Amino acid sequence: MSTDVSQNLVTVSIDGKEILAGKGELLIAAAEKAGVFIPRFCYHNRLPQVGMCRMCLVEVKGPRGFSLQPACYLPVADGMEVVTESEKVKKAQDGVLEYLLINHPLDCPVCDKGGECPLQDQTMAYGPGESRFAEEKRHWEKPIAISDLVLLDRERCIQCDRCTRFADVVAGDALIEFVGRGDHTEINVFPDRPFSSYFSGNTVQICPVGALTAVPYRFKARPWDLSQVESSCTTCSMGCRIMVQSSQNELTRYLGLDADSINHGWLCDKGRFGHEAINSSDRVTVPLVRKGDSFVETTWASALELIASKVPSSRSAGDPDRIGFILGSRLTNEDIYSWVKLAKGVIGSDSVDSQLGDGLKGEVIASLRRATINDAVSAKAILAFTGDIKEEIPVLFLRLREAVKSGWTKMATIGTHKSSLDKLSEVTASVSVDQLQLLARELMRESSRFPEITKLFENQGVGADGDGLVVLLGRENLAWDQSVVEAFALELSRALPKAKFLVTIRNANFAGSIDLGAVPRLLPGRLPLESASPMMRQKWAGLPDRAGRGVKEMLSAALQGELDVLFLVGSDPREDYVDSVLANSALDTVGFVVSVDTFLSQSSAKADLVLPASSFAEKSGTTTNLEGRVLTLNQKVAPKGLCRPDWAIACEIALELGGDLGFGSAAEVLDEIAEVSPLHWGLSWNRLERSAAIEGMMIPVSATSLSIRPRAMLDEISTPGIASVWDQGLASSKTTYVETSTNSEDDEPVGEPATQTVAGMVEPIWRLAPVQPLGFMNLAYSRKLYSQGEHLRNSAHLVHLVVEAKCRVSGKTAEKLGVSSGGSVLISDKAGGEGQFELEIDDSVPNGTVELVRGSFSIPGFSPVRSGETVNYVKVERA
Amino acid sequence: MSFFNPENLEKAQVLIGLYPDKRSALIPLCHLAQGQHGHLSNEAMEQIADLLEIQPAEVLGTASFYDMLHTEEVGKYLVGVCTNVACMLGGGIELLEHASDVLGVPLGGTTEDGMFTLEEVECVAHCDKAPCAQVNYRFFGPLANGDFDQLLDDLRNDRLSESVPPHGVLSRVFRDAPAMVPLEIIHRERRAMDDEKKARQAALNKDAGGNQ
Repeated sequence: MSTDVSQNLVTVSIDGKEILAGKGELLIAAAEKAGVFIPRFCYHNRLPQVGMCRMCLVEVKGPRGFSLQPACYLPVADGMEVVTESEKVKKAQDGVLEYLLINHPLDCPVCDKGGECPLQDQTMAYGPGESRFAEEKRHWEKPIAISDLVLLDRERCIQCDRCTRFADVVAGDALIEFVGRGDHTEINVFPDRPFSSYFSGNTVQICPVGALTAVPYRFKARPWDLSQVESSCTTCSMGCRIMVQSSQNELTRYLGLDADSINHGWLCDKGRFGHEAINSSDRVTVPLVRKGDSFVETTWASALELIASKVPSSRSAGDPDRIGFILGSRLTNEDIYSWVKLAKGVIGSDSVDSQLGDGLKGEVIASLRRATINDAVSAKAILAFTGDIKEEIPVLFLRLREAVKSGWTKMATIGTHKSSLDKLSEVTASVSVDQLQLLARELMRESSRFPEITKLFENQGVGADGDGLVVLLGRENLAWDQSVVEAFALELSRALPKAKFLVTIRNANFAGSIDLGAVPRLLPGRLPLESASPMMRQKWAGLPDRAGRGVKEMLSAALQGELDVLFLVGSDPREDYVDSVLANSALDTVGFVVSVDTFLSQSSAKADLVLPASSFAEKSGTTTNLEGRVLTLNQKVAPKGLCRPDWAIACEIALELGGDLGFGSAAEVLDEIAEVSPLHWGLSWNRLERSAAIEGMMIPVSATSLSIRPRAMLDEISTPGIASVWDQGLASSKTTYVETSTNSEDDEPVGEPATQTVAGMVEPIWRLAPVQPLGFMNLAYSRKLYSQGEHLRNSAHLVHLVVEAKCRVSGKTAEKLGVSSGGSVLISDKAGGEGQFELEIDDSVPNGTVELVRGSFSIPGFSPVRSGETVNYVKVERA
Repeated sequence: MSFFNPENLEKAQVLIGLYPDKRSALIPLCHLAQGQHGHLSNEAMEQIADLLEIQPAEVLGTASFYDMLHTEEVGKYLVGVCTNVACMLGGGIELLEHASDVLGVPLGGTTEDGMFTLEEVECVAHCDKAPCAQVNYRFFGPLANGDFDQLLDDLRNDRLSESVPPHGVLSRVFRDAPAMVPLEIIHRERRAMDDEKKARQAALNKDAGGNQ
């Protein structure tokens, strides 16, 4: 930070008013901050400027007097004189609009954009009023599908280059382009190469006319019928800020909000179109109780009674260790806290877990030095040992891509198979389990056995203590047990004490689960079980005195007949636990399974009791994203049927068991969290809503995040559709454009620092990789964005995007197997389970490795990953 | 399947090697592909995209911008009749009508045998021979209707194959690429030039300072 601010500021006169602007800032942005709106179409503050639409012409004084110049293409200079309202400017605006409207059809009454359309609005505000164009407009086939989700009406296109710039520059998927020249110019895709980008919905969001429309929203609602609230997407752990819009109690659309520290306004398609599942008519809306092979509907009262009859109300009445809780990623912080309090504070069981074998141990994550997303994109260097970010946390991929392409940081990737990060990386190295330990110990030493990575980091100025290094830590290959990754992380953080870790696990709110004790041995605030404060002991009367089981141990215990009751709260272990065979056989043996769910998932369909839970947008609360940022979720629609929020269900069960969790609203839960968890001190619903809420608040809360800053709000035209709903006077807090500062590390934290509470609980434990059995191959097992799940299965427009069950091997390996592309192979796991797969040849897969996509198949008795194996190998044969 | 034949694939690699940024070879590769196939087929554009590590849509975007790159199929001979001022006064429009009649195709159409595609062109700088026409960018004129018929006949019977190659072939002579200068040398020379310029500027400033 420069101490002399004035050095970086220039004085510009806009319409006779002197303003200060940042050096190099574009005139259009500087004027906007000063309260002068210059009309525009092509300009978007998250895209490079192109100066294509000419709508932003203003008069700028030069050596030969005033002349018209595009404000979006002109950086401010000291002493610049600008006139934005004059006869000359007006004439230019008239001309540009008349020109843009020459070929634009006036089909506003049937256009989805009508009512929120920048072209419509700015024509009304700045246009000539009448057209002199009497000729025939050009005609194109009305909408063509450029992908499964996006329709393109080329007649409406004004060629502002926003969508194509986004696709090329931001997403890196230049699948749409300008085709032709002059008045024959159109946007189009290459024949048979649809715009199948994970980010295609963003082009619809930023289109300033009705040229790009999203299939799920088309003809669904008119802008003046919509109402909206701000919320945060919980599809993955990124926590993208969104505007949730609905009409007549039905969700219609999500729009990305521009949160500078998080998503920059972008969303992935899975998140953006996720509202369809919530509207689905297949939701569970009444409590269901098992009668023989089928369910019968029941009442909440009798459902709760049934639970009370199965669960001992106190420790003396039964063994609480025989009761387990597996929480899923749907839950808000309030839901998690309530369920953990029910389990640990009322029933007295520490057997609560929230990771389905696809994450990392809570204590390990809690012990690592946390990096924020902003830390990562501005790190001196990044070491990525993570699942494919583009597939798992797509918008984080956009942030990383921007950082690398802009030269802010450089990246090295280690792993076993190809990932979208490879293209962003200076160095990619394939490692084996046994090499990881050496890598971690020697990374910044001269003796490093990965000299290319070490050299890159040294050149980037990473210190010998890891200063300036951010590690993206996730599950690169699910065929490797999580203990491998944990040992690596702990070893690395020991060798490089100043390196920071951004844990890139996909599951939404995994961070909240760990922070709030939804893992064995931890309490809210990441406090070890044994170090509960007196206040905690008072509020959590039934606190267990011994550590409970994690998911894996719970499932094994179930097989041994040691688990009587299992609560599945938004989790579906039968489908989602990495070892599906273990999960299925274990769940079959549990005496009483209660599933709190939104759909009849594989697990809830076989449960003994299903309780209907409110879905996203049907409840308020908070979520914690992967970097530890607490973000608000707001209710938009009424819960379906008899659905209740998960936290309320926990309260009801507690009451039935004779306990009282002590809250009546989500805000009260948050108050108690802020009271008992040192990590959450200073949080409150009011603060989150009122302050810089668009960015949420980092925990532990620091001085900056407490100070109330006006929010940064983008211009209305960057995301059409938000301001138009505000303008109906329906909601909330529209304010002017102001700079935000990002959370700085130097702030004095109010709460207790996140890490060291669990120091000493964890040691790196290295286990040697087992010898590869004869005839077995390496397995690369990872997830894709559109891996199967209840969510996708119930989204009408996403369901056909689910990845196909295929196995990929290199050409050489295929030759060895004697199978050609499209042929079928038999894959068997270590325990003898078998599955038949279609083979695809992909030379990016290393020889001797077979690549399978998790969530692309569901074969009874077959699970390529077996619980307890450090490294999983599979046998591949010609079928 | 490779669209480029082995010989052209080699040429493509040479062309790509000429530029610091692969995508700069886009237009040269389009010409190469058109020379091989007469027009830019989808397969050609896909392979160009692969070679340059860009998306096929970007190749299409560029190819469709230029009139001399044809993404749709054209005849072996692309006949363009000029109707700009000088030719129009000399009967260019009548010549175009005649051409359309004898070829039996409308403007932009290709004859059934795939020999000719007819198009209207703006001035091709052959005004002294108005009315004129171009065939695969080789010029003919002045053309009375009979001369035009004779031209078609010659083309059809390969009597002009020496001077008019099939469409897409810009030149039969493939010039060897100039010896590639390694980037380091270019950078070094640039730096030397910059230094020299700076030194001169400094000397000038010094002189100016001395005079005061």
